[in-house]
Order: sequence, then structure tokens, then C-alpha cells
Amino acid sequence: MPQTATTNILAILEADFNGIIEEWLGTQVSEGVKRSDLFSDSESRSQNAELLKAFSKGVRAGVVDAEFDLEDTAWEDLRAVLADVTKERVNRGVTPTEMATFVLALKSPLFSRLEAMLSDDPSSLIQEVMLVTRLVDAFAIYTNEVFIEERELIIERQREEMMELSTPVVELWDRVLTLPLIGTLDSARAQEVMENLLQTILERQAEVVILDITGVGTVDTQVAQHLLRAAAAVRLMGAECIISGISPMIAQTMVQLGIDVGTVSTRSSIRTALADALKTVGYVITKTRDH
Amino acid sequence: MAGVTTIHLVERALLVSIQDDVTDTEIIDLQDQLSHRISEEEVRGVVLDISALEIVDTFVGRVIAQLAGISRLLDAETYVVGMRPAVAVTLVELGMYLPETRTALSLTHALTQLRRA
Amino acid sequence: MLNTSRDVVTARQAVAREMKARGTNTIRITRFATAVSEIARNAIMHGGGGELFVFLDRSKTYLIVRCRDRGPGIEDMDRAMPDGYTSANGLGLGLGGAKRLSHGFDVTTTVGEGTIVTMSAKL
Repeated sequence: MPQTATTNILAILEADFNGIIEEWLGTQVSEGVKRSDLFSDSESRSQNAELLKAFSKGVRAGVVDAEFDLEDTAWEDLRAVLADVTKERVNRGVTPTEMATFVLALKSPLFSRLEAMLSDDPSSLIQEVMLVTRLVDAFAIYTNEVFIEERELIIERQREEMMELSTPVVELWDRVLTLPLIGTLDSARAQEVMENLLQTILERQAEVVILDITGVGTVDTQVAQHLLRAAAAVRLMGAECIISGISPMIAQTMVQLGIDVGTVSTRSSIRTALADALKTVGYVITKTRDH
Repeated sequence: MAGVTTIHLVERALLVSIQDDVTDTEIIDLQDQLSHRISEEEVRGVVLDISALEIVDTFVGRVIAQLAGISRLLDAETYVVGMRPAVAVTLVELGMYLPETRTALSLTHALTQLRRA
Repeated sequence: MLNTSRDVVTARQAVAREMKARGTNTIRITRFATAVSEIARNAIMHGGGGELFVFLDRSKTYLIVRCRDRGPGIEDMDRAMPDGYTSANGLGLGLGGAKRLSHGFDVTTTVGEGTIVTMSAKL
């Protein structure tokens, strides 16, 4: 029974390959998942053709019965094509629902052809329909997995990009650097920030570094530890470290938590910190006229 | 031993550059040698250039801290200069903040500070 | 072979060279080579010398260092790990510090027979 089943589907695929593709595309349009805004017609068509080719190849080689397993080597090509198509679609902003519907839309052209072929053999028809359903559903699930993986990769990449973006070391003046910290400071980020800062000190031969925490929401024991360690490392390299932007709230919390900043200089605003820093490297700010 | 570490006396300061493959025994010898020279040659400062060091572990860190203590007793300041970023991060992680030691970016910076003092 | 303080230098340089050849970033190299330096010195100072092996894990993503000595062993591991513990003229940052600087860290010690420290770093 399973053997004939495969033969029937193969026959259908071979008889009307292009017809199936057109109808598949048609279903995608009627289901509202054909993203003409993201993919040109010819792109969609060639993607679908490639998928269907890989599908036929799988059907021909694969054991399509109760033992059906998409992980089987017979389906290697199809898996690869599915993964490629999915990745590309994710990156162009296709939603998971659209992606699943896109794959599931293949059922309809296959069903209608099976129906025409086996109209006088209802029990075979049911078998075939069940088989196709199982196959296509498995593709859809696989697509979904790839989709989620790809999304996670994108999220991870964006997180890294954001991390870089959010820790710019700025050269305020000759030999004066500032690092405006924004948001939360977890261990991973603190480490990254510190390494980046120390490297810049070396490159620019900076003598003073202002760690500005105006944009840091809360300072708990952990965050304070990170800041003080960064300050200690800066000092070890031979530069002076000033922590600025300590709000009254943060000052209160730090005292309540019993955080001892030791010899690290702290300032309430980046203004005073900058004035001090310039003085250290031998400059003064002078007012040249009254308003 | 003397070949790996060079010591120069400039402006009453001992400029010491430590080489990367310095061993525990050699660094102890160095500490001994420097202690004597500080007191005998009326040195005002010791500048330890560690820019060649890829690694400063707790042993070397401790010897440096002790040297700072010794020179302070003998009325001289110890400067550590040229510490690499990776070394600074590692020392902080080890909990060695070297509070007694003065630090500077480079030899020139340290000499300028010594002149000012 | 770990016998003299020259061997400590050789050990940490070998580890650093190995990691550098595999393109590990500088900070990671310094951290791990420092940890190896601590452990190798411990083996010489407290363990009366020993051996150090460097190898890669199966997936080639970690560098593993195993250091074995035939010293007296560590009697109370729970006391030896935290910062501040020191046996003989140490600063007490050795074991705990080395652990913080490594990715994986394991100590097997048998009183009277010796200590084996296995540590790893991501390449």
C-alpha cells in the first residue's frame, strides 16, 4: 500500500510539475501569504520550483510509509532548500504564520490532483491524502524550527550590535576619554566595556577617563562592583578615573548598601568631572565674554 | 639574569624594564638589588616598566607591592608603567589592586610626575 | 616537568603560545596563562614539583591543562579555595584566583599522595 502511494504522488508530480507550482503560488495569493512586496514573481516561482524539485526527489528516494522520517538522508536536499528559503524569508521580514501557510499551501494542488486521479477509489484517496498531509505537515514543522533558529541568530546578532553601540568610548579632549554608560550593566557588558575602555586608553595614551553613569538607572552592589573594578583597572594602567553622574538617589543607595568607593574620585555631574579632567591634563576653561 | 632586566639611573630615578620571561627567583633578586640601590644611591623613585609582561600573576604582583612598600620606607616612590589592558583586567580579577603603588601610562609620564613631586 | 621557577615561565608561555596560535583573544590568553602560572607555582612550592600537560578537548574548542604534583595534598579544600587562605608565604589568592580566571576548574587531592588540578579555557 505505501509503495503505490508513493508511485501515485510521483506520477502527479511528474505529469504536471509546472501546473502544481502555478496552483501553489495561486493558493499562496488567495491565502494572503504571497509577499509580492518582498519577493518578485520570478523569485517566488523559482523558489517554489526548487522546493518542489527537492520534494519529488525525496519522494522518489524516501521510504514514505509509517517509518517516514524527515531526518532521513533521502530528504537531505529538501531540508537544505527549505532551510535556505526559510532563512531568506526570515531576513526579509516574513512572519512565522506566513511561512507555515506558504508550505502548507502545497497541499491544495496535490489534493485536487489526487482527487481527480483516484476519484473511483475513495479508500486509496484517503490514504494518499493522509500521506501528503503527513509529509507537508512535517515540512511545515521543520520550516518553523529553522525559522525560530534563524530568528534567534538575528536576535543574538542584534544584541551584540547593540552592545557595541551602547558602549562608545569618546575622546573629549587630548588625553581625556569619557564612557557614557546607559541602561543596565550586567557582568558580560561590564567586562566588554572595561576591555574596550582599557584598549582605548592604550591607543590614545589617555590620562583621564570619565565614567559617566548619568544614564544608568539603578546602582546595586553588583553594578557598583563592576564600576569600581573598571576604575581599578584604569588606575593600574596609569590613568586617572573619575566616576561622574552620581544622582542623589544613587548616592543614597550606595551608602545604604555600604559601598566603599575607596580612592576613586566621584562627581555629581559630568561638567565638574570634565573641568577636573582638563585641569589634570593642563587646560582651563575660560569665559571670553558676558552674555 | 642581569641580561633580561635592565636598570638605568636617570634623574635620581631607577628605570627598570622587566622582561616577559622573568622567573620568580629573578624577580626576588631584582627586589633585593633595587632595595640596596635605593638606599645607597639616594634614589627618589623607581619606575618599573612592565609593558613587556604578558602575565602578572599574584607572585609578581606581590613582589611589586612589596617593592613599593620597601621604597616608601626608604623615601622613594615606586611607579608601575605600561601595564597592558589584559594584565590590568586579570589583576583586578585576582583582587590585586596594588594600592600602594603609583601607576603611569609610560616612562615619560612617570618621570614628569617624579619631577613635579 | 615542573621543578624550578623557570619551568613556571615555560609552562605559561607554552599555554599562551598554544592559544595565540589558535587565534584566541589577548585578554582570554592572559587570564588563562596567569591561572596556569599560579597552579604551576603551587605544584612546585607546595607539591615539591610535578608534571603539567596541555591538550585540546575533543571538539577543539577548549584548551585543557592538567597539573599533577606528588605533594602532601590539600587537607581542607573548602578552606583552601576562598581568597585569603594561605599555607606558606602565599597571598592567598592562588587557587580561588586561578579558578576565577579559568573556564572549567577541578581539583582532586589525596592527602599524602598529591594534587591534580585540571583547568580549561575557551579558545
